[in-house]
Amino acid sequence: MIRFVPRERTPVWLSLAVSIGAGCAALLLTMIPLALSGAPVFSAFALMAEGAAGSGFALAETLTRATPLIFTGLAAAVAFRAKLWNIGAEGQLYAGALAAVAIGAGAITAPPYLLVPLVLIGAAAAGAMLLLLPVLFKTRFGADEVVVTLLMNFVVLLFVQMMLEGPMKDEMALGWPQSAPLVDEATLPKLFEGLRLHSGLILALACAVGLHVFITRTVWGFRIRAVGENARAARYAGLPVGLSMALVGAISGGLAGLAGASEVAGLKGYLTADLSPGFGYAGIVVATLANLSPLGVVPAAIFVAGVFVGADSMSRAIGVSNYLADLVVSFALLCVLVGGLVTRFRIVYVRRSAA
Amino acid sequence: MWWDAFDILLQANFWAATIRIATPLIFGVLGALICERAGVLNLGIEGIFVAGAMAGWLAVYLGLSLWGGVVVAALVGAAFGLIHGTLTVPLGLSQHVTGIGVTLLATSAAYFGYRVAFPNVATPPRIEPFPTLDVPLLRDLPFIGPIAGQQTAFTVLAFLCVAVVAFVLARTPLGLSLRAVGDNPEAVEAQGLSVVGLRIGAVMAGSALMALGGAFLTLSAFNAFYFGMINGRGWVCIALTVFASWRPGKALLGALLFGALDAYQLRIQTIAGGMVPSQIFLMLPYLFSIAALVLVARRADYPRALMKPYFKGQR
Amino acid sequence: MHPDPRPLVLSLAGITKRFGPLVANDAIDLDVRAGEIVALLGENGAGKTTLMSILFGHYVADEGEVFVAGADGRLAPLPGGSAEAALQAGIGMVHQHFALAENLTGLENILLGTMPLWKLSLGRRAARARIEALMVESGLQADIDTPVGRLSVGEQQRIEILKALYRNVRVLILDEPTAVLTPQEADGLFATVRRLAEKGLAVIFISHKLHEVLALCERVVVLRGGAKVADRPTAGADRAMLAELMIGRAIPARERVPGAPGAAVLRLAGVYVGRPGERDRLEHAGLEVRSGEIVGIAGVSGNGQGALAALVAGLAAARAGRVEIAGEAVTGADPLARLRAGVGRIPEDRHRDGTIGGLTIAENYVLETIGAPENQRGGLVRRAEIRARASAAIKAYDVRCPGPDAAIRSLSGGNMQKVVLARVLERAPKLVLAHQPTRGLDIGATTDVHRRLLAARARGAGVLLISEDLDELFALSDRIAVIHAGHLSAAMPTDGLDVRTVGLMMAGHGLEDAA
Repeated sequence: MIRFVPRERTPVWLSLAVSIGAGCAALLLTMIPLALSGAPVFSAFALMAEGAAGSGFALAETLTRATPLIFTGLAAAVAFRAKLWNIGAEGQLYAGALAAVAIGAGAITAPPYLLVPLVLIGAAAAGAMLLLLPVLFKTRFGADEVVVTLLMNFVVLLFVQMMLEGPMKDEMALGWPQSAPLVDEATLPKLFEGLRLHSGLILALACAVGLHVFITRTVWGFRIRAVGENARAARYAGLPVGLSMALVGAISGGLAGLAGASEVAGLKGYLTADLSPGFGYAGIVVATLANLSPLGVVPAAIFVAGVFVGADSMSRAIGVSNYLADLVVSFALLCVLVGGLVTRFRIVYVRRSAA
Repeated sequence: MWWDAFDILLQANFWAATIRIATPLIFGVLGALICERAGVLNLGIEGIFVAGAMAGWLAVYLGLSLWGGVVVAALVGAAFGLIHGTLTVPLGLSQHVTGIGVTLLATSAAYFGYRVAFPNVATPPRIEPFPTLDVPLLRDLPFIGPIAGQQTAFTVLAFLCVAVVAFVLARTPLGLSLRAVGDNPEAVEAQGLSVVGLRIGAVMAGSALMALGGAFLTLSAFNAFYFGMINGRGWVCIALTVFASWRPGKALLGALLFGALDAYQLRIQTIAGGMVPSQIFLMLPYLFSIAALVLVARRADYPRALMKPYFKGQR
Repeated sequence: MHPDPRPLVLSLAGITKRFGPLVANDAIDLDVRAGEIVALLGENGAGKTTLMSILFGHYVADEGEVFVAGADGRLAPLPGGSAEAALQAGIGMVHQHFALAENLTGLENILLGTMPLWKLSLGRRAARARIEALMVESGLQADIDTPVGRLSVGEQQRIEILKALYRNVRVLILDEPTAVLTPQEADGLFATVRRLAEKGLAVIFISHKLHEVLALCERVVVLRGGAKVADRPTAGADRAMLAELMIGRAIPARERVPGAPGAAVLRLAGVYVGRPGERDRLEHAGLEVRSGEIVGIAGVSGNGQGALAALVAGLAAARAGRVEIAGEAVTGADPLARLRAGVGRIPEDRHRDGTIGGLTIAENYVLETIGAPENQRGGLVRRAEIRARASAAIKAYDVRCPGPDAAIRSLSGGNMQKVVLARVLERAPKLVLAHQPTRGLDIGATTDVHRRLLAARARGAGVLLISEDLDELFALSDRIAVIHAGHLSAAMPTDGLDVRTVGLMMAGHGLEDAA
């Protein structure tokens, strides 16, 4: 008989080992459908690795792809810590992107040192507002935020499509539903000449460090952790439960909104309805891989980005569908969940037979 | 124009569409209801819809009969249910995150499988879907006849499932045990029944029904598998389950209400076309689901052990 | 002594169970005969629960075996690890926390698990007839058509017993059955148990209440530290002797030292809490707790204690009436405001309300005061400062733990309660709310909690002690009030108060009219 005994403390090396082990297990599991599809298993993985990190260019692509994932990963991590199940990062990302375009596509004329912060703040505010509504529904009416945030993703995407076909449509785009481009003063500068990597990455890293400090060192971080672990006891102890939840919602939604701004202002330059290939959902995987630690989100995001970039490259080379990447990532999520048992509990075998 | 808006309600076509749109949701809500009555939230529903749609369709495309495709879809759904059940019941993992994981896995497996089967197709391959029913006497009834005449045997199966689930839950030892395990697993354990067995069984059965919801789309409503064809239908079912207070009869009602709303917005679009962007109408079903959830959430009679993992011998 | 002629129905032989270094059961033998009422006596942690869990398959014994009489009366070994097998063998148990599905009716709860899952019908009609016959036979009356969550605790317990009888049990185990009953209800239960025993049912009565054991049982088995230390007839035994066997040393009978009351720190006048339909509510309650005294609240759980505790703790507001704490009127439901007004709160459920399992001991220690200047500066948590003070509190309150950074979830109940006490009492509160402060604790930890509450009283705090344990209330309180169905009696001086009187009031006699 197996029993789970809670651990007093989880060593850092163990958390790391579990994350890495889960990644490896996911790759192993993916071999099954890969082999079934008749593809050359090992060369496919080799091509994926090469495509993700085989050259400076590949690495830069991976980091570019990791940038929005860090934001959405942080958004999920901070929310899940407080047991606020925000599955709506996808919608919040689009809300942020929409705000970024509304502010940065010529509506306001200002020098870059003013306009860029304005674009970012506007995007964060839009994302935050979008999540505050479900938080309100949860605290006021007891409506499950999972379903509300999930359904709002669809509403927001439809809203974006409506804006792109209507008021925000770029008349120069020959009928394509896309927004007018951001003005130069509103764009995030590129980090290296000739690469797509942009300064959104720096901002993402700063957010990760900032969030880490916030959660572990500040009074509000303490309150959020307390509310997340046991809201009843937190209320009993006189902690502001509703306010903490609202703060978490604002931070989480804001970070997801920044993901949208970073993509628009750093990478694409304009908004289309296919801006995000599911970055919001992938953020949940990233946060879970990182064991909800803000600093852990960075390597987790790079891993997930590497899988996607590598799979794209592999797919172009040998024609195996790049949906393989989604398989790897979803396996990784489930594996790390199972692995999480090892970090939270000591697993003890109890002899079953009676003498 | 106001007359046109009202006139829609008098058209047999509208009611036929309502039932057609509601059918996959009936399966989905019933599935979610069974899982949740046993105490397990199954957010894998969206992905299981996708997997069921794809697997059922592919089986028929590869030469199985239509009912064979239905069985394949149910089995695939049950398999994903087994994954979700194993992770959340004996291992007690977060039902939220595991469910999202199952959705991602089932969706990507379906898409990957489709791409493996059809690496380079421009237009999706088609099958011959379920034929519409042609029942003597029924077809001659005024109003009802044309509505029924547009439905398939798959829809009849959905209505049958409502009756069966309602009967099993209320009247049989199995249903009693399921309700008990979602209310207080300790009571079930103390009476010598297996909490793990009942819950995993319920999740598998519920997931099989969810997969049938997906299969209805590819085997009856349409005749091909498209990427993104589920488009949030699974999540809508989760909201409708709360709306239905976990009762099969109300689940049917909720699904029909939703179907009517969706069918109505499609028709009113053509009337109001041009004046209001089509997206506004497309948003309505989602907004309706959110509103329904918010309105009933406070009064809802949640299964008391929903989302609470149970470990044997721990009290 | 001549051998007992009644046949053996259950025999535990050499049961040993270890959890790591801890020996929870050490080679325990126990024989039970048909028609016999045997007490299993021991304090918390003595191994009673483990032994019964082995019988019911939650745990598997490391050594030893269980034998149960079959239909032919011959003893056969019971396979371990299966609740199903125990039920099949005719063993039934009424747990302290009832194993009932509250949204299901009594009938459904009784039927649960008694028939193959794949049958197409529950056979309600036949089942109802049988249950009604059982009710007549045993004298256990209960409503079996209402969801059991809406029934009183006593009625729920009767359904639990009916559930066992429906399965034709030959051995019935009652785990602390009187903890939730008034003394009069307990007498009713005892009469039923005796009646069932006369018909040949073997009963194991688990308790730590000595007078009940002596009143009901013919034989007593005492466990201490996992081992059986006595197995003897109750005839000729007395309470002091059993207590000494149970605890391992003589416990000095404690004299209650009266307090020195001063000004009122809590005053309720005409207070209403909760909706009229609820059972756990307050109706026109009046109460005064003065500094330097302990006021006890007696009552069967769920009669308004929750509402009273929530009101004082700041989780609930009074719907009407006046509430004063330390002379200031308070309104609204605001735990923080109560803390500021000088209320220290020891909650009923330390896992659910008192501590946050995933946080460390140090973090739980400052949970109520994290915003105060000594714990933060400019919004940043003063971690070194907090750890140092937590370490000092750990020493002062003798918390057994690896250190202030250990997760509080890893502590035993007693040590967890010590952290809560440290948090509450270090701030020198004017009023202490102690809601079931010793529930689930062993004698050592219980004594410690009592000592701390008396020390708080000596310091000048007023203590509101809500408890279901009449012994505890009579030992500590200066005055006792009784609560029933939301009605609170006047507080009566403990000196000269009779347990039977309190018991009658707990059952509602002379209370509704008083309100």
